[in-house]
Amino acid sequence: MKRHLISAADLTRDDAVLILDTAEEMARVADRPIKKLPTLRGRTVVNLFFEDSTRTRISFEAAAKRLSADVINFSAKGSSVSKGESLKDTALTLEAMGADAVVIRHHGSGAPHRLATSGWIGGSVVNAGDGTHEHPTQALLDAFTMRRRLAGGEGDLSGRRITIVGDVLHSRVARSNVHLLSTLGAEVTLVAPPTLVPVGVGSWPCEVSYDLDAVLSKSDAVMMLRVQSERMNAAFFPTEREYARRYGLDGQRMARMPEHAVVMHPGPMNRGMEITAEVADSPRCTVVEQVANGVSIRMAVLYLLLGGAEPAVSGSHPASMSTESTETAARTEEND
Amino acid sequence: MAARTQTIRKTLLRGARVLGGEPQDVLIEGETVAGVGSGLSASGAEVVEADGRILLPGLVDLHTHLREPGREDSETVLTGTKAAARGGFTAVHAMANTFPVADTAGVVEQVWRLGRESGYCDVQPVGAVTVGLEGKQLAELGAMHDSAAGVRVFSDDGKCVDDAVIMRRALEYVKAFDGVIAQHAQEPRLTEGAQMNEGVVSAELGLGGWPAVAEESIIARDVLLAAHVGSRVHICHLSTAGSVELVRWAKSKGWQVTAEVTPHHLLLTDELVRSYDPVYKVNPPLRTEADVHALREALADGTIDCVATDHAPHPHEDKDCEWGAAAMGMVGLETALPVLQHTMVDTGLLDWSGIAERMSHRPAAISHLNGQGRPVAAGEPANLLLLDPDYRGRVDPAGFASRSRNTPYEGRELPGRVTHTWLRGRATVVDGKLA
Repeated sequence: MKRHLISAADLTRDDAVLILDTAEEMARVADRPIKKLPTLRGRTVVNLFFEDSTRTRISFEAAAKRLSADVINFSAKGSSVSKGESLKDTALTLEAMGADAVVIRHHGSGAPHRLATSGWIGGSVVNAGDGTHEHPTQALLDAFTMRRRLAGGEGDLSGRRITIVGDVLHSRVARSNVHLLSTLGAEVTLVAPPTLVPVGVGSWPCEVSYDLDAVLSKSDAVMMLRVQSERMNAAFFPTEREYARRYGLDGQRMARMPEHAVVMHPGPMNRGMEITAEVADSPRCTVVEQVANGVSIRMAVLYLLLGGAEPAVSGSHPASMSTESTETAARTEEND
Repeated sequence: MAARTQTIRKTLLRGARVLGGEPQDVLIEGETVAGVGSGLSASGAEVVEADGRILLPGLVDLHTHLREPGREDSETVLTGTKAAARGGFTAVHAMANTFPVADTAGVVEQVWRLGRESGYCDVQPVGAVTVGLEGKQLAELGAMHDSAAGVRVFSDDGKCVDDAVIMRRALEYVKAFDGVIAQHAQEPRLTEGAQMNEGVVSAELGLGGWPAVAEESIIARDVLLAAHVGSRVHICHLSTAGSVELVRWAKSKGWQVTAEVTPHHLLLTDELVRSYDPVYKVNPPLRTEADVHALREALADGTIDCVATDHAPHPHEDKDCEWGAAAMGMVGLETALPVLQHTMVDTGLLDWSGIAERMSHRPAAISHLNGQGRPVAAGEPANLLLLDPDYRGRVDPAGFASRSRNTPYEGRELPGRVTHTWLRGRATVVDGKLA
């Protein structure tokens, strides 16, 4: 992958490690009194959100602004889209305005792929979540968080055992994480009631279990997915209480995890459903950390897609997403 | 009669390989094949040098969407029959999901009349099984049969007649005039929000799955119903290996079950959906490699009776969009025979006489269509096509006669080209162009 970030499957191990390393560099900038870098000055990033998602949108917005890009927020509600404008015409409009990157969140699986391959726009496309397909920057920030907690903040996640629990069938977070974590060498296990595991999961690079208790003691990280209670109405599970009993994470279950193991959640959490307050508020839970790391990851992605020829931090060397050149800006020392 | 005073039109096809056999001459006089043999006299006849090209009976399609009335932006009876002629068809069935729905004698007669006026291809309207395709109340099947259109095939295609009682009654009712119900087998609850075949690819792409069982469970039910009431049932666009097994079983019992397969289900698989290009979005969806092989075998051994295109034109904007917003369907009339040559003949699964059987004789027989699907022999109606099997070319939708361009084969190299089509002795296509 070079120009777009559509799927975590497009990333090689070296691509992924480069993004994580660049994000470490960006995170250090966030600790400075002045958090802004001039890297993407004069570039335009459009946040094209067909679905409400305040947290993801402001994370991308903060990332782009910290890189000095001009940010345009385009939300489908109250816009030309609600008047029936097609994705194509919206894209042509953004192209005419000179968007260098389009960050797209869409309810339809494949919409970012279509945007990137249809020839409607010339800029980079970043998938900020499409339907039940993928959410690659979420997987990257999850990997970043795990790498810091479990692998000293460098290299990959070789040999780490990651358990992802919940509504895998409808989860773009799960799909992106399975691709990325396996690329980074982790052993992934999905845990869900059989109704929420997709037919065809057998070809995924992971294990599948229906028994949460059996895998907890063998997990270095447990990622709880949001489960919408509406799923109950489509008979995916009988009741919220039964779901919580069998697949929810409470204090007792957390106690069975190894001491170093962390609990993750992409948010927003359903307290009392997939996760109890006791677990959500415990120091082992990385939810807030994940949000902070999200900005660093999105800075790294925007930088590598748009500014790869220029140093991210002044005095450092050019970086690119190519697998050949992994020695990058991100690795160099800050000199100011 | 005035016609008798005119000179009867004569055409001599020299060196045509009838059903792929040894080259012979075929003489067409008026609307009829006057003779098949060697060294026929060219006196007074226009001569077409067939040069060893394949001569087949005009193709018959049990399943097209000609979109008129109501969606003339995607196709009309005229443009659809032109596309059919270019594909070598001399008769097509027009499905009932028009606007208004073809659920009354008035609408089916309108479509039938438009077909007669086009002159490129016979158009046999299919009547809706239920009022408005809503699956609740039987349409006036008898009135449609008794109309000038003489409807014998009824279908809610696009929707499944999912209510078991309505399906049973429809199967029984049409026995009075030897009709047949053509079922679009799709269990609706199992396919809510369905976007593609459910399996390995849908799991990765995060697109709603259309499971094989949604087709197979309806076929299983309907062959049992047909057996119970002693009626004929026809399965539209059968697409899975499991459906093949069910139809094979029903036929082994001696039940009156027939089935069709589309050209695209004989060639394309759901792997193509990885592109998220809506040109591959179709209902039933593209399935797996294993399904494709099962369908080819079944068409070869006769378990599947015939090929039907499910020609489904859509305007450009309905495909030039994201997957979820796109319409389902593909045009197919102008590429059907090349796809069949590629998948069935060049692979050795069927010879040309087998193609004539599956694309002309059988579909005409299922529909009881008079004067179509006849042998290439003296005294038979001159519904014929000439195919150059050695032709190789890339599919260019810009050249289509159809008003729509939503073909999944754009740029793909396919063998074979229809050079001539005759409808009752009159050339509708000459040298690949509409006459």
